[in-house]
Amino acid sequence: MSHTAANIVLKVDRLHKTFAGQGKPSVQALKGVSLAAAAGCVTGLIGADGAGKSTLIRIAAGLLRPTQGAVRVLGLDSTAAPLEIQRWVGYMPQRFGLYEDLNVRENMDLHADLQGVPDSERAVRYQRLLAMTGLGPFTRRMAGNLSGGMKQKLGLACALIKSPRMLLLDEPTVGVDPVSRRELWKIVYQLVDETGIAVLLSTAYLDEAERCHQVAVLHEGEKIAEGPPARFSKQMRGRVFIAEPPAVAKPRQVQARLAGSDGILDATIRSGRVRLVTDGRTTIADRLFKPWAIALQAADPCFEDAFMALIPQTQPHPVVPELPTPPAVSVDSGVVVQVASLSKRFGAFEAVKGLSFEVRRGEIFGLLGPNGAGKSTTFRMLCGLLSASGGDIAVAGRNLRRASSRARARLGYMAQKFSLYTQLSVAENLLFFGRAYGLSGRRLSRRMAWAYTEFDLGRRQEQPAGALPGGYKQRLAMAAALLHEPDILFLDEPTSGVDPLARREFWLRINGFAEQGVTVVVTTHFMEEAEYCDRLLIMSQGEQLALGTPADIRQLARKKGEQEPTIEDAFITLAQDSVDTAA
Amino acid sequence: MSPSKLFFMRMRGMLRKEMLQIRRDPSSIALAVVLPMALLFLFGYGVSLDAENVPVAVVMDDNGPPARDLMARFLGSRYFHFRQAACVSEAQQWLAEGQVDGIVHLQDNLTARLAQGRPAQVQAIINGVDANRARLIQGYFQGLLQTWQSQRMMQGDAVARPMVGLAPRIWFNEAAVSRNFLVPGLITLIMTLIGILLTALVIAREWERGTMEALLATPLRRFDLLLAKVLPYFILGMAGMGLSLVVAVTLFGVPLRGSIVALFGLSAVFMLASQGFGLLISAAIRVQFVAAQISIMAGFLPAFFLSGLLFDLESTPLPIQMASHIVPARYFVAISHTLFMAGDLWPVLLPNTIILAGMATFFMVMAYRKISKRLE
Repeated sequence: MSHTAANIVLKVDRLHKTFAGQGKPSVQALKGVSLAAAAGCVTGLIGADGAGKSTLIRIAAGLLRPTQGAVRVLGLDSTAAPLEIQRWVGYMPQRFGLYEDLNVRENMDLHADLQGVPDSERAVRYQRLLAMTGLGPFTRRMAGNLSGGMKQKLGLACALIKSPRMLLLDEPTVGVDPVSRRELWKIVYQLVDETGIAVLLSTAYLDEAERCHQVAVLHEGEKIAEGPPARFSKQMRGRVFIAEPPAVAKPRQVQARLAGSDGILDATIRSGRVRLVTDGRTTIADRLFKPWAIALQAADPCFEDAFMALIPQTQPHPVVPELPTPPAVSVDSGVVVQVASLSKRFGAFEAVKGLSFEVRRGEIFGLLGPNGAGKSTTFRMLCGLLSASGGDIAVAGRNLRRASSRARARLGYMAQKFSLYTQLSVAENLLFFGRAYGLSGRRLSRRMAWAYTEFDLGRRQEQPAGALPGGYKQRLAMAAALLHEPDILFLDEPTSGVDPLARREFWLRINGFAEQGVTVVVTTHFMEEAEYCDRLLIMSQGEQLALGTPADIRQLARKKGEQEPTIEDAFITLAQDSVDTAA
Repeated sequence: MSPSKLFFMRMRGMLRKEMLQIRRDPSSIALAVVLPMALLFLFGYGVSLDAENVPVAVVMDDNGPPARDLMARFLGSRYFHFRQAACVSEAQQWLAEGQVDGIVHLQDNLTARLAQGRPAQVQAIINGVDANRARLIQGYFQGLLQTWQSQRMMQGDAVARPMVGLAPRIWFNEAAVSRNFLVPGLITLIMTLIGILLTALVIAREWERGTMEALLATPLRRFDLLLAKVLPYFILGMAGMGLSLVVAVTLFGVPLRGSIVALFGLSAVFMLASQGFGLLISAAIRVQFVAAQISIMAGFLPAFFLSGLLFDLESTPLPIQMASHIVPARYFVAISHTLFMAGDLWPVLLPNTIILAGMATFFMVMAYRKISKRLE
């Protein structure tokens, strides 16, 4: 359906929102954004963290007051008539807003009562929503015991309890497994087709933009582009290429060299090959590909390519060490982490069920899975922060159950959400972590100087860590974990809550460390990041779904006559297989 | 549907949700039932401002019949537990070692002097480290001697007759049992805890868990939200009060001289004042830990120390007396002491009730104005 004046449901008009900081500088979350959402249409708000997506949705839901400008929903002003709007709008907050100590049915009852759904209509309505979300068999289960995907669907069912005329979804798919993400999109489409509802959703997953009818790209509070996603990709025609890495080099080695070169806006690894986005003006110099003979193939552009071309690239690319020519193909140099039938029980709940794998020196090893898969639990056991209920772990040749402190001195650990002292400055944080790892004197100052240059933190030495932008927090946390020059680096969800640009930069850096011989073990819920790992383990609900190189794992999902599958496709195939075998 | 029907449906939903949460969350049950019981037993059994079974040493340098008669009286008292010492220095040794809290010394001339009709003296030495207790022991000694003397007078013994005699009688708490004073005061503390802490905590919990955002985005009105948060915990608080009352009367034998209706009615007013204060805290604080801290600092501690629950406020310095007037618990302690020990004395109850009702209204109105349907 098109945007005609008649079916505009939501109109955002030159919206400004400034959050007055208490003692801190105030934050301008939105700077004059205008957009519209129509009935029968899925409108996507696309942007990195801190782009202003949630603020816009919350203003539309009547939860925040605009500083300037207005949002009109169904012709009603969101500041003047929030209660009236709330009768017609279903809103799902980022954390779903469910009562974890109420069961599925009780959560639905609460929302039905609040929205005034007549008792006589409930039976039919519930049945429809439960069938749509697949929650029918779980009505008596506590919301806290649902998986991430099921919580998301219950949140959606609650928001839809009274057939709203508009649905506001704030990052509905973040941290949820790929199967549930696809199912959510199916439900949203079904709703739009059947009821002509208007949907406004925000997402940081760039591949989801393509599923919207209309997208608005937000960057630091400003709308920088708008239109149907196909139009975005169209502009990129002739600027996207695929490079097949030679047999002697790893894809990530090729990608690291190409990223940040003249004329190349973006280089990513897709299904074992390097995808390049050029600026369309510069011809790619042949020297980039020496000593390898790499041919470029033109590829179909997608929304993500356009997004990367749109976003102003201000952060400098990290310097990637020149690669040896020809690059040393990883010499098998011994096992650094050895895990055998590892398990962990919390009471009756089995968080990790019999994992076995090994990590070799100089390898990037990924632990992949949706939130709640058991990644962090596994990880904490690897670092000796949590004791295992069963099985064995040896790190750097030492059994963690016996000699954990000596094994720990050789590893660097970066915790989820970075665990920095937010009130201490960058320099003070580094000083503290350096001393905690036993560095002092000249060695400490040498390593701190290294951290300032390597992570571009020099200019921010005196800033408190809490005031750093997300990407810099991640850099500081990584610097702190690397100060004592560990052999093994453990990174727990380092890319969560970090925008796409910072994520790309992060992987380039990790690649650099691996080239220098550091072993890296990393967890992530972004399936596409698997491509940057040498080998990976995919987990779901505490179990091992697959183990191997990205190519091995993609192979599991290959079907005849279809194009090269992605890791996400593989995850979905694997997850469905495991359900089938269980059934 | 009519607006009133929609209102009742919203309330039904919210109340059902709160009830389910209370039932499933052990911490709110613990706060409403286990904590009051623990406090009651602790204060009822553990804390006593009375002195009983005080260990006392007796030195008998006189063995005549009056001395033995007096000794028998001391031995029969429930307040003392006697040990006979051979000489004064041994008794002093015991006192210094803390084995006894007092010494009664019957001097060798007691019988002789009494026989001559001359006044005799009994020496009492008391450990004065705990001044309050020392005074109590002294009082018991004096009382005992006085009774013994009047007994002797009735038997017709020649006794020096005092010109003016004191005939003391204690009212309201006839046996002067401190438990009768502590337990009614404790009910105030329990209701403060439930009203302020629980109310502030449950709202902060909704913020922490992200459920508040989902609630605010529904057609729930500010008034609905206030009512839905007050009502369930009001009931819980009154139930806690009822339970404390039953334990106080049956187990500790505290008298309830006023009417139960008055007690419940006035407790309700105090409960609302506490809850209003809790709501006010929760309107500003969205973190459970901070909400708990502020509730303790601004609610629980003043109710403990500035309410007259442990000691009489009249004997405190003037600034503290003045500060105590803004503590709602002060007025309810007065009400509860009156209702338990004196009866339905409306001249005392009414002014306190009016002040409490004013406070309840003030807090509730402030809370209603502070509650926002927005996130900022």
